[in-house]
Amino acid sequence: MSATLSADGVPSAPRNEAVARALGRRRSRTNLVVKALCLLATAIGLLLLASILATLLWRGLGGLSITVFTTSTKPPGSNGGLLNAIVGTLIQTAIGTAVGTPIGLMVGTYLAEYSVGSRISGAVRFVSDVLLSAPSILIGLFLYEILVQPVGGFSAIAGGLALAVIVIPIVVRTTEDMLRLIPATLREAAIGLGAPKWKMITLICYRAAMDGIVTGVLLAVARVAGETAPLLFTSFGNLNWSVSLTQPMASLPVTIYQYAGSAFEDWVQLAWVAALLITVGVLAINITARSLLRGRK
Amino acid sequence: MSTTMNDRQDQISATPGMHARSAEAIKEPRISIRGLDFYYGSNHALKNINLDFPECQVTGMIGPSGCGKSTLLRCLNRMYDLYPGQRATGEAMMDGVNIIDPSVDVNALRARIGMVFQKPTPFPMTIYENIAFGVKLHERLSKSQMDERVEWSLTRAALWVEVKDRLNSSAMGLSGGQQQRLCIARTIAVRPQVILLDEPTSALDPISTLKVEELIDELKHDFTIAIVTHNMQQAARCADQVAFFYLGEMVEVAPAAQMFTAPKQQRTQEYITGRFG
Repeated sequence: MSATLSADGVPSAPRNEAVARALGRRRSRTNLVVKALCLLATAIGLLLLASILATLLWRGLGGLSITVFTTSTKPPGSNGGLLNAIVGTLIQTAIGTAVGTPIGLMVGTYLAEYSVGSRISGAVRFVSDVLLSAPSILIGLFLYEILVQPVGGFSAIAGGLALAVIVIPIVVRTTEDMLRLIPATLREAAIGLGAPKWKMITLICYRAAMDGIVTGVLLAVARVAGETAPLLFTSFGNLNWSVSLTQPMASLPVTIYQYAGSAFEDWVQLAWVAALLITVGVLAINITARSLLRGRK
Repeated sequence: MSTTMNDRQDQISATPGMHARSAEAIKEPRISIRGLDFYYGSNHALKNINLDFPECQVTGMIGPSGCGKSTLLRCLNRMYDLYPGQRATGEAMMDGVNIIDPSVDVNALRARIGMVFQKPTPFPMTIYENIAFGVKLHERLSKSQMDERVEWSLTRAALWVEVKDRLNSSAMGLSGGQQQRLCIARTIAVRPQVILLDEPTSALDPISTLKVEELIDELKHDFTIAIVTHNMQQAARCADQVAFFYLGEMVEVAPAAQMFTAPKQQRTQEYITGRFG
């Protein structure tokens, strides 16, 4: 190395202004190309998304009418609506959330508060993460095996439970993450006043992490409201009005699945309306969740 | 290291000596620590500590970062119980009970030995609820009794006038200095006998610091106070006796005036004159 330095310690090769300018030009050219590619990719992504939304609005709004909300699905050509599917989706999503949230909350609490550094928490977290990315049709098959087959029939409760299995890992993850964000000093402050651990968790930590936990639940709701595969083997779908939890039950995603591929023009139209309703609903939930998360800062 | 043993001899003999020197200034010990050792896993963080906290007086604890002074505070309310791998051995006697002993009810102990932290730690609830939270853990009070307790503790913490019209708004909206006084109010609302202050003003501006220091002066009429501070002037202003810690050992303890004018140990002298630390 010392060979390239002159006697007074200055690099011996003199600064070449021409080379420096050439390198600078090349840098700015490369910068321009990369920037253009990034913009192009962004434009393609946005364009796809916009065209999906535009198509949905275009095809969906045309079929939107009051009968969609007041009558159930009917045979082709008899001016049916989506009432049974809307109510079915609401009921099954509610079951999934009501069953999945407390379990997910408790598992997340266990991971963040009770099992720090233990081997079992690593295993639980790993299983939960695997479940998070498991294909949802497997979860439908699982419920089919343990509930639908033994009982001998499709049911709304099976559909709701399948959705709960999807809710659990999402809530576990967000609950654990949000509880971990709480500074140790806040916990110590509660403990320092003589609070037992469970009171510290329920009265202080949950309250401090409330927005984040609610956001996680909302994201889980948004996710399962649009799930089709877990319902195909569990609540199956129902062309008639039914709110019985032990009977097959209609839902918006399954109705889309059945109607969109049919040969009847009014059914296809209703499938577009159903798709629009789900999209708007999920979008609303997502926006609520985001604004909650932003309010946190 | 051979001087260490001599230092310890000095400390032990210094304690009764202090009574003689300033019999009025130093009262009976509220907490008496003897032969206390503390470990973070295999790290020996406190070595054979002997120290008395005189009743209704302020004991200042000074020393460079990592010397063990905060660790000693966290021994007194058993905060280290939260963390696996941390343990203490030895004696810390309070009313004839060794509070280090595993059989001690730590929740009841923490009601008697309150703690205020370096950064203000208001709970995410209203000002009123912040105070009531700790009280409800240990007492059953009627609404009017609780109102009274909230007013009393906020008044003692010199915060009542500033917040009495917004008790039901969030504590997170208070300024840093107000939040810290709220934390002090929250601690004294439980009516402890001892208050541990872990660098309570290091995150505050000078005016808030002054208020908290005045508060400490006022509170020592009713509470025994232990304060960890990096600020030598603060120790000189607030403390009745000062203990100097270095590398996990307590080097010297003396009445504040003597500590800052005529320390006995070379290391104390060097630290308080700013030669290291």
